[in-house]
Amino acid sequence: MTAAWEVVIGLEIHTQLATDSKIFSGASTAYGAEPNTQACLVDLGYPGVLPVLNEEVVRMACKFGLAVNATVAPRSVFARKNYFYPDLPKGYQISQYELPIVEHGEMFITAEDGSEKRIGITRAHLEEDAGKSIHEGLDRQSGIDLNRAGTPLLEIVSEPDLRSAKEAVAYMRKIHTIVRYLGISDGNMQEGSFRCDANVSIRPRGQEELGTRSELKNLNSFRFIEKAINFEIERQIEVLEDGGKVVQETRLYDSDRDETRSMRSKEEANDYRYFPDPDLLPVEIGEDYIEQVRATLPELPDAKRQRFVDDYGIKSDDAAILTMNRALADYFESVVAAANAQPQDAANWVIGDLSGALNKDGIEISDSRISAEHLAGLINRIHDNTISGKIAKEVFEAMWGGEGSADDVIETRGLRQITDTSAIEAIVDKVIADNPGQAAEYRAGKDKLIGFFVGQVMKESGGKANPGQVNAILRTKLGSS
Amino acid sequence: MIAEDLHTQTLTQLAQGLEQGDFTSVELTQALLERIERLGGDLNAFITVTADRALAAAERSDAARAEGEIGVPGIGVPGIGVLNGLPLVHKDIFCTRGVLTTCGSRMLENFVSPYDASVVERLSAAGAVMLGKTNMDEFAMGSSNETSYFGPVRNPWNLECSPGGSSGGSSASVAARLTPAATGTDTGGSIRQPAALTGTTGLKPTYGRVSRYGMIAFASSLDQAGVITRSAEDAALLLGVMAGFDERDSTSIDQPVPDYVAGLGDSLKGLRVGIVRQHFDAGLDDACGAAVREALAVLESQGATLTEVDLPNLDLSVPTYYVVAPAECSSNLSRFDGVRFGRRAEDPEDLLDLYCRSRGEGFGAEVKRRIMTGTYVLSAGYYDAYYLKAQQVRHLIADDFRQAFADVDVIAGPTAPTPAFKLGDKIDDPITMYLNDIYTIGANLAGLPGISVPCGFADELPVGLHLVGPHFGEEQILRASHQYQLQTDWHTRCPEAFA
Repeated sequence: MTAAWEVVIGLEIHTQLATDSKIFSGASTAYGAEPNTQACLVDLGYPGVLPVLNEEVVRMACKFGLAVNATVAPRSVFARKNYFYPDLPKGYQISQYELPIVEHGEMFITAEDGSEKRIGITRAHLEEDAGKSIHEGLDRQSGIDLNRAGTPLLEIVSEPDLRSAKEAVAYMRKIHTIVRYLGISDGNMQEGSFRCDANVSIRPRGQEELGTRSELKNLNSFRFIEKAINFEIERQIEVLEDGGKVVQETRLYDSDRDETRSMRSKEEANDYRYFPDPDLLPVEIGEDYIEQVRATLPELPDAKRQRFVDDYGIKSDDAAILTMNRALADYFESVVAAANAQPQDAANWVIGDLSGALNKDGIEISDSRISAEHLAGLINRIHDNTISGKIAKEVFEAMWGGEGSADDVIETRGLRQITDTSAIEAIVDKVIADNPGQAAEYRAGKDKLIGFFVGQVMKESGGKANPGQVNAILRTKLGSS
Repeated sequence: MIAEDLHTQTLTQLAQGLEQGDFTSVELTQALLERIERLGGDLNAFITVTADRALAAAERSDAARAEGEIGVPGIGVPGIGVLNGLPLVHKDIFCTRGVLTTCGSRMLENFVSPYDASVVERLSAAGAVMLGKTNMDEFAMGSSNETSYFGPVRNPWNLECSPGGSSGGSSASVAARLTPAATGTDTGGSIRQPAALTGTTGLKPTYGRVSRYGMIAFASSLDQAGVITRSAEDAALLLGVMAGFDERDSTSIDQPVPDYVAGLGDSLKGLRVGIVRQHFDAGLDDACGAAVREALAVLESQGATLTEVDLPNLDLSVPTYYVVAPAECSSNLSRFDGVRFGRRAEDPEDLLDLYCRSRGEGFGAEVKRRIMTGTYVLSAGYYDAYYLKAQQVRHLIADDFRQAFADVDVIAGPTAPTPAFKLGDKIDDPITMYLNDIYTIGANLAGLPGISVPCGFADELPVGLHLVGPHFGEEQILRASHQYQLQTDWHTRCPEAFA
């Protein structure tokens, strides 16, 4: 169906910056406090108060600009965006409008066909968040919580370069990774620290001119973004194929019903009457400052991924997964440093069992129940044939359960692999003796039965016999009699 | 032994009297509170009189002086303690902790500020005693004090007349000797024009010289706090305390504060005074013009040289101002929405009703006019033609001044085109009212310091001489004013009924 239509998407990502205090006041930004306990007179918009810019947000925006290869403006200006809403205390939001702090950046994502695709970043600007209106649990009244008012946001606006919901998600994930790498945002989507609006339009394939777009508001999970955009694409196609016209409007995604609903049309849109905020001076950033900030930039995901491939020789896809999260990448490197084994083994364990266990328990890598050193110890024991890969799974489970290092678990549970040839031969002899029929069949040419014998030997050995040795000894014994 | 004439003394004289132990701050405060009680009613100069607090503060000042502790330590402003025990009043635009702060509006009729403005904090820390809060045009929008929700202030020189505005309560209370000094704010002339109309001295410092924190904003890029006093010397004394960088106001400027009093004694020999021809055009009242010319002759006799300077774009200042100021005010006043503080309409049907009625009831006609004008000039499709254009013209006007100040040290002229006008005369004609600030607005647009000093009378009403200096040129305009006041006694004249 989409063969006839090309989808055009641009994202506006709102990233909450991880400062201790608000963008224009000294009040705390900590999440989850009692309503209105973290709003000072400036946040409340009291008569006579004035905003004072938190320098930390400038540094963070600067970091982001450098990380996405953008221009950090030598001069940017805060403006007032005027509209009335109860959770907007001053009647205007202080935001950057004509002169944002970051412009002309770029980001590379892996497109659906596996190729690398450049997504332009039009701009990123600083602004303050509004408070929250609370309607639940209040009888015919609305409550206002201004704790969030004045929380610093970096709004990152992409070019309309995205061509599918999947690309939009890939781009958003990449930005999510970057801001966390830079340490400028916790990226917590449940708490609203990372959310986006999507501008979606479609046009007949081959047409230059953009179609009329709708803006989907406040998408706060990767899953919802994909679903909302896909719903919206289908809706627009249906409208156009029925001979209708897409109306420029703002739409809200309802995750319960999996649909988007019209919120307001262009005609109903506010005239925000932007003008430069006379209470704040232009932000002037010199080359020296930019170089200072550049010197503090960490290794970024793309560079790290390449290094993992080059230096450790691990698979590119694995490197991509490991570098999505800076802490995970660091963990992986610690494992490699402590293990004598191949880095690929380390990658497999970190991406496989470890990530699985983290997900299952819903914890972050920083809280992992197995330290990098212990995981390295486990890998070493596999490598030196102390245990088999299969037994290693059991050891891992036990380590996750708090039974100590791999050596502790192997010792306590007696899991050391049997590599003594005579011991294995004894088991093999017993298994062959116990299964004379199968032995005869094997010898008559039913090769497949080797699996049966390996299984029996392993079972008899409690899984501890070295599988390679078992195989070799079985073949010798079955063949030689 | 308390002198009967404490109210006639300037701040500087009172400081000496306190220092010498001629009287106590409590005695001084009582004397002035008594005058406010007895004479203040006719003037309507006060919105709030803080008698109990004032007496308590005066007692603390006397006790501190007795113990030799001058001032309240800890704030680190220069001149700490220099105002110990000296009374003054604040324009009701300054937030005062625990005290009603109305800004002359029904919107804030019951608003008690939870914090002190920077200006209030600094003056208190230096030991000043606040007697009360003065009446003003609503949100400082007006030139006659008639837009106040609390009724107009009357001019002590003629109760039928306006004391000017918007700092009309401040000018009237100083002129009537109810207080030796008052704070004020000046966005387009709101300190200088009322000073001129009441025979007082009114100083508007350079934009950024005094912190705006806690001063309820009208037009943020133009608003500046200053003082109304009975002499330039007193203005210098107060400015030294009020001025200085404040980290809570990003537009305050981090530049050392000179000792403004120390420089007052230097002669005017060689001072280059610029005269703007347009200032003496048809719009100026004849008697006012004569008084100002005579004042210029005095300056010349003191060694100043007079030169004509050209400010080619000055005639654009009023229209420019009436785009920029309303634009900023329309945004600044959005916070008065009935949600968190100030007037809230009763039983609102819904959010829109809450907004419309709270603001409809809370704001007066002039404020509404300016909010509407400001909203219009910022709207999509009009922004470039009005707001942006006005900002461009503003730069031209500032450039004119910059060029003029290459050749002169101060620019002198009339403060207002006419002496005090009758209450009711102009209130229904906004344009005529706006033209009252025609000579003062330029200094606001360019961010320059200006002062009005009494220089004579026209129809038995005071006339003001206006001196404008370059950026941070407070010292030279204060010195010129002080030297002029050493040669003249206009600033000592007192309206008969308040002698």
